Amino acid sequence: MNIFVCVSHVPDTTTKVQVGEDGKSIDPSGVTWILNPYDEYAVEAALQLKEAREGEVTVVCFGPDAVKETIRKGLAMGADKGLHIKSDQPRDSFGTAKALAETLKDREADVIFCGRQSIDYDGWQMAGLLGEMLDLPSVTVASKLEIKEDGSIEAEREIEGGMETVVSKLPAVISAQKGLNDPRYPKLQGIMQAKRKPIEDVEPSPYKNRVEVLEMSKPPVKSAGKIVGEGPDAVKELVKLLHEEAKVI
Amino acid sequence: MNTGSDFFNIDSLLTEDELMVRDTMRSFVDREVLPVIEEANRENRFPMDLPKKMAELGVFGPTLPGEYGGGDANYVIYGLMMQELERGDSGIRSFASVQTSLVMYPIFRYGTEEQKRRWLPALASAESIGCFGLTEPDHGSDPGGMVTRAVRDGDSFVLNGAKMWITNGTIADVAVVWAKLDGEVRGFLVEKGTPGFTAPEMKGKHSLRASVTSELVFQDCRIPAENILPGAKGLKAPLSCLTQARYGISWGAIGAATACYETALDYAKTRTQFDRPIASFQLVQQKLTFMETEITKARLLSLHLGRLQDQQKATFYHVSMAKRNNVDIALQIARMARDVLGANGILDEYPVMRHMNNLESVRTYEGTHDIHTLIIGQAITGIAAYT
Ligand SMILES: Cc1cc2nc3c(=O)[nH]c(=O)nc-3n(C[C@H](O)[C@H](O)[C@H](O)COP(=O)(O)OP(=O)(O)OC[C@H]3O[C@@H](n4cnc5c(N)ncnc54)[C@H](O)[C@@H]3O)c2cc1C
Repeated sequence: MNIFVCVSHVPDTTTKVQVGEDGKSIDPSGVTWILNPYDEYAVEAALQLKEAREGEVTVVCFGPDAVKETIRKGLAMGADKGLHIKSDQPRDSFGTAKALAETLKDREADVIFCGRQSIDYDGWQMAGLLGEMLDLPSVTVASKLEIKEDGSIEAEREIEGGMETVVSKLPAVISAQKGLNDPRYPKLQGIMQAKRKPIEDVEPSPYKNRVEVLEMSKPPVKSAGKIVGEGPDAVKELVKLLHEEAKVI
Repeated sequence: MNTGSDFFNIDSLLTEDELMVRDTMRSFVDREVLPVIEEANRENRFPMDLPKKMAELGVFGPTLPGEYGGGDANYVIYGLMMQELERGDSGIRSFASVQTSLVMYPIFRYGTEEQKRRWLPALASAESIGCFGLTEPDHGSDPGGMVTRAVRDGDSFVLNGAKMWITNGTIADVAVVWAKLDGEVRGFLVEKGTPGFTAPEMKGKHSLRASVTSELVFQDCRIPAENILPGAKGLKAPLSCLTQARYGISWGAIGAATACYETALDYAKTRTQFDRPIASFQLVQQKLTFMETEITKARLLSLHLGRLQDQQKATFYHVSMAKRNNVDIALQIARMARDVLGANGILDEYPVMRHMNNLESVRTYEGTHDIHTLIIGQAITGIAAYT
């Protein structure tokens, strides 16, 4: 099987991100970068599929040279090859999907995995966009996945208040949800081998962003809570404050 | 993920694979060690499911060649692994130090090809556990005075004597035992279950409670003649293993110190007294400054030692300096952190007192603090002051 995993290179969840001087991008200084956590489930799903069916796993990432580090993390986990779509120009979700789609279209993918969302810009769009652009079915937010001998897949998706079971044919695009599996740690041996695995560089065709970022800002600092009293006596005061001060009732 | 202290941007001195190993170990410790360690420590129990998980990551024998199950990695990587494990617990790091430096290393360096093939892959995968028996009840800092004896008898050696304070003893499948054969210190591999060999666990420890410490007792214990490590002759053989383990301990201590420092820093910023966070008081800041500074210095010392080791330029007295300094500052930091936490410092809700108690053992084992002082003193003056 020819398996691709689209991954992104995102700030570590514990990094305190600051807005850059231009007011529309993040300040990269002091940021630790990691493989997007949802993509870890995607890589694990790809590796499990490879182990069950044989084949090859390629980790794909769009972005500047720094993203090679994240590609190598996928290689250290056990993927066979990397594919780096090199660009220093940040793109909106549509542009990123376009770069991925044009790169993958002639590569005869059997499955394309990605994470349900990338935890930096939280677009949640990649699986849907890729499916459309490549004219493939897309199954999003999969928390359980079974790939059958006849080449069809059955997936469970989390939907509001319950689960949905869907089937589809391969090739398909699948986005991974937490719970899909338990991602492996890269082994020392894997980390040492990752350096020797090939990463192919490709250039994307030009693209002009359709969505322009006007401004980025941090959420307002939460002020400390207020305790208005205790027991039933406090209810009257609380209602008054909710009405007059917070103006929510 | 806990990103750790990097006040001096020392991470910029590490390569991408070194950082990847460090960060992998860090999240492993966050997810697999920290959630279980307090209970294990309270129950005086080593978490037996950890070795297999650690083996999956390549923790045992990381610098050994791949053909024996090793990772072909450098010593800095080995050090970083020990650092992160000890951020979890000194007992977990002790397990790894023993397995790697005190069991796999002597088999690799002094063993026959057959011994290597038989044991190294099994130890790397934690299918087998090892221990290292050098210390005796009456011979600690002076291991050369050991009384455990081996006598040749046909196709066997017969061992008599006792070892004490042996990490992993009770749970080990193979013991690397040092005994005198015709007056010379030699190394022997003794398998669990060999008649005449028992390994009762020592009880009542206030320190390293999540680690197994045992006696090894040999009463006419007969082992096949091929179980001798042919290359290990004289006291320098076990001492060469200790140099390996001490190297890792110098890194490990940084991990324990970091855990204490981060707990103290966090606590000091959130605990208020006199209407101000205690971090705003000069005396508390002085402690935090000491901790950050000493951790930074210790990291630079171990990292430089690791680079020297990778160029085969490190000596045992360099290793002594790093072990002595780093364990000493780690223990000082643990005590200070305990102080910063006030009464909360004595609770096992925080890791500080566990690390503090553990570090008392780490200060003593693998050459006491004072013995390392004398090793360095001898290297500087050319005069031995310990005999
Ligand atoms: C938890 C734990 C695990 C251990 N695991 C192992 C293991 O796996 N394998 C193993 O072989 N051993 C192990 N040890 C033993 C450890 O290495 C010894 O405890 C250590 O070498 C010190 O020996 P001792 O305890 O007999 O102290 P002693 O040698 O009796 O020392 C007592 C004090 O005297 C001082 N002293 C001794 N000689 C001199 C001198 N010449 N000049 C100045 N001061 C001196 C020492 O510094 C120390 O302060 C372990 C110990 C502990 C606590």
